[in-house]
Amino acid sequence: MSVKQNNLKSWYKSGAPGVWMSGGAVAIAIIMTLGLLAVIATRGLGHFWPADVLEADYQVPGEAPRVLAGEVVQVEEVPRARLAAAGLPVAAEGGEFMTRELFKVGNRELLGADFSWIVGEWLSNPRTPEDMMVVERREWGNLYGYLLRVEEQGRLVAEGADAWPVLQQRIARVEQLHGQLARLEKKEVGRINHGLERLRLEARKLELQGQLDAAAQAALDARRAELDAEYKVLEGQIVELYQQFNRDSMVVRVSDGRETRIELGKVVRAYRPNAMGPLDKLGFYGLKLWEFVSDEPREANTEGGIFPAIFGTVLMVMIMAVIVTPFGVIAAVYLREYAKQGPLTRVIRIAVNNLAGVPSIVYGVFGLGFFVYVLGGSIDQLFFPESAPAPTFGTPGLMWASLTLAILTLPVVIVATEEGLARIPRAVREGSLALGATKAETLWKVVIPMASPAMMTGLILAVARAAGEVAPLMLVGVVKLAPNLPLNGNYPYLHLDQKIMHLGFHIYDVGFQSPNVEAARPLVYATALLLVLVIALLNFAAVYIRNHLREKYKALDH
Amino acid sequence: MQHDTHTHGIDMAALGRSKQGLSLADETTAIEVPGLNLYYGDKQALFDVQLNIPKQRVTAFIGPSGCGKSTLLRTFNRMNDLVDGCRVEGAINIDGRDIYRKGEDVAELRRRVGMVFQKPNPFPKSIYENVVYGLRIQGIKQKRVLDEAVEWALKSAALWDEVKDRLHDSALGLSGGQQQRLVIARTVAVQPEVLLLDEPCSALDPISTLKVEELIYELKSKYTIVIVTHNMQQAARVSDYTAFMYMGKLIEFGDTDTLFTNPAKKQTEDYITGRYG
Repeated sequence: MSVKQNNLKSWYKSGAPGVWMSGGAVAIAIIMTLGLLAVIATRGLGHFWPADVLEADYQVPGEAPRVLAGEVVQVEEVPRARLAAAGLPVAAEGGEFMTRELFKVGNRELLGADFSWIVGEWLSNPRTPEDMMVVERREWGNLYGYLLRVEEQGRLVAEGADAWPVLQQRIARVEQLHGQLARLEKKEVGRINHGLERLRLEARKLELQGQLDAAAQAALDARRAELDAEYKVLEGQIVELYQQFNRDSMVVRVSDGRETRIELGKVVRAYRPNAMGPLDKLGFYGLKLWEFVSDEPREANTEGGIFPAIFGTVLMVMIMAVIVTPFGVIAAVYLREYAKQGPLTRVIRIAVNNLAGVPSIVYGVFGLGFFVYVLGGSIDQLFFPESAPAPTFGTPGLMWASLTLAILTLPVVIVATEEGLARIPRAVREGSLALGATKAETLWKVVIPMASPAMMTGLILAVARAAGEVAPLMLVGVVKLAPNLPLNGNYPYLHLDQKIMHLGFHIYDVGFQSPNVEAARPLVYATALLLVLVIALLNFAAVYIRNHLREKYKALDH
Repeated sequence: MQHDTHTHGIDMAALGRSKQGLSLADETTAIEVPGLNLYYGDKQALFDVQLNIPKQRVTAFIGPSGCGKSTLLRTFNRMNDLVDGCRVEGAINIDGRDIYRKGEDVAELRRRVGMVFQKPNPFPKSIYENVVYGLRIQGIKQKRVLDEAVEWALKSAALWDEVKDRLHDSALGLSGGQQQRLVIARTVAVQPEVLLLDEPCSALDPISTLKVEELIYELKSKYTIVIVTHNMQQAARVSDYTAFMYMGKLIEFGDTDTLFTNPAKKQTEDYITGRYG
C-alpha cells in the first residue's frame, strides 16, 4: 500500500502530470482548430462540385404525379408525426421515421423557389439522364432542363443532338462579348464619368470662389464636350455590342414538360454534369473555385465570386498596419525610453492595456461619431466645399475603417513594442552611448532595429485581430456590395473615401441577410474558409518578416 | 632594485616586465580628480577620491567587489548619468575642463573618453558597421575614409588579419575574444584620448585575455588607459600605475611595482597577499 502511495507521490513529484496535462491541452487545441477548419472546408468547398442532377417521379398521395429534377443537397430522417403535423398527407402506419430531402430544383421563374423539400418515400424511378443540362444564369439562378434548339434572332440554328456543341460555341462568344462590355462599361465609361464628375466639381469650386467667368466656363465646357463626344462614340459601341450580345437564344424543356426561351446573354455557362467523367468534374470544380476567388458577386451575393471582399479586406488591413505601426512604436518608445517612470506612466500603461479590452463595437461608434462626422465633416468643409451637400469624407469609407481598426489594435502594438524595448540588453545601449552617440541616435541606430522583431510580433497580433473584426466596420465603411475596387486607374488611384466590401461582413450578409438562405449557406462556409486563409496568409507573411529580422538582430545573450 | 625578493608571490620578471623607474611626480596629468563624492540615492559610493591619472600610461584600479572601482571609472565619461538617482559632488578635469560643469556636451566627452565593457557588446551589425559606428555618428560618409578607418582600427586592435576577409559578416559570429577586440577597435576608431576598460577580460578565456593584454600594452603609447580588473596578476602585468580601492575610498595609488612589492598601507598588503577580497 505504502509502496503504491510512494509511487504515486514520486510520479506526482516528477512533474509528469503537468506534462500530460499540458500535452493534452495542446492536443485538444489542435484537434479543435483542425476540426473547425475541416468543417468549414468540407461544407464550403463541396458547394463547387458539379453534383449529378437527379430526375424522378414524385407522387404526393392524393395528387397527380409530376416529374422532379434537381440536385440533392441534404437528406435527413424526420419523425412521421412531425411530417403529419406539418399538414402533409402522410400515411398513418409505417416506420417511425421518413426521409426528407432538400432538392435544388432551380427554375425560379417557373417554380417560384430554388429549393424544395420533398418526402423521399414518395419518389420513384430515380434516374440521371445524360442530356440533362444545368444552365448557370446571370440572374434567376440555375435552370435544369433539356436543350431543344438554339436560335439566332428567332431563326433556328441547330436542333436535337447538334444543338449542344453549337450552344457551347455561342456561349463562349457571348462570354467574350460580356468581357468586352464589362471593360467598356466599367473602365471606359467609368473613366468618363469620373472626368465629368471632376469637371462638375471644378466648376462648382470656381463658382464658390467667385471665379467662374466666361473664359473658365468656356474652357470647362470645351473639356466637357470632349468627354461627351468620347462618350457618344462609346455609347455607339456599347449599343452595337448589346445587339450582338442579345442575338442568340435557346429553347429548353424543363422537367415538368414546359418549354422556355432563354437569351444566351443571360447565360454564364451550361453543362451536363451527368455526362461528365471525374476528370471533367475536377476541371469544372477548379473553374468554379477560381471564379469564386476572382469574380464579382452576382444575385445578391449568393452567386459568383467574392474578389472585391478579399481585396477590400486585405487593403484595409494593410492601410491599418501602415497607420498603427508608427503610432504604436512612437508611443511605446516615448513611454519606455523618455517618459519619467512614475505614477503617471503607470496610469497610462493601465489605460492602454484596458483599451485592448474595450468591445470593438464601441470603437465603431467612436469611429462613426468622431472620425466620420467630426473629422470627415471638417475635411469636407475645408477641402471639398464644391461637392456639398454630398459628403466626400464625411461618410463611412475605407480610410475611417482603417483608422478605427488602427485605434482598436494600437494597444497590442504598444505593449509588444514596449516589451521588445525592455529586452534590449543595457550593454548594447551603453556601447553605443560610449561611442559618443546621443540617446536619440542610440535609439534610432541600435535599439529600434533590435526591437523590430517585437514590433513585428505586435503587428502580427494587430493584423490577426483587425482582419477578423466585423462589428465596428459595419458603422465606419463596410457595405454589402461595392464592386468598384478602391484601387483603380482613375486619379487619385487609391480612393480612401470609397466604401468597401469585407469578408467578415460578407459572411454576415450572405448568411443572415440573404433572400435565398439555402443557396447562401455553402457560400458562408466557403467565405469563412477564405477569411481564415487570408488572415493566415497575412500572418505568415508577417511571421516570415519577423523571423528574418530576428535572425538579423539576434540578441546578445550568449 | 631590492624588493624583488618579496613580491608576494607575483614574479615580476617572469611576467616580462622590467623595472622602469616610473614616478607619478614626473607624469603629465590626463584626468585630474581633485576630490569626488558619489551617491546612489542616499547611499554614498565614493568618498572624497583624489587622484591624477597620468597621460599615456596604463592605470589599473584594483580592489574587492563593490569597492567602487567601476563606479569611479564610469564617472570619467559620465556613464553614471544613466543610473537613476546617481549624484556626483566635486569635479573631474580632463584637459583642464570640468566634465561635470553645466552645458558639457556629454556625447562629445564620450567620444574623447572611450569605454570598453566587461562583456563584449558588439552591435548586431557587420564587423565593418561596428567599427564605423562612431564615425557615422559623427557624420562621416565618404567610403574611402571609412574603409581606411576600419583597416587602421582593426589593425590597432590586432584583429585585422583574422577578419579582413569577412568584414561584412555579422559581428555576432566572432568568438568572445575577437568580439572584445572588435569593441576595442570600434572604440579606437573614433580616436579618443582616453580608453576606459571595465574588466575587459573577465568574460574571456586565457588565450584571448593574453591577446587583449598585449593589445593594451601596445595601445598605451597613444592613449591614456584606465583599466579596472579583478585579476591582480593582470594589473601587475599590464599597468604602470595601480590604485587600490576599498569601500569607496582610494587607499593607495602609486607605481605598480612599488604597490605590489612594497605597499605603504596594511590594507593594500592584505589584499594583494590574498588575505581578503
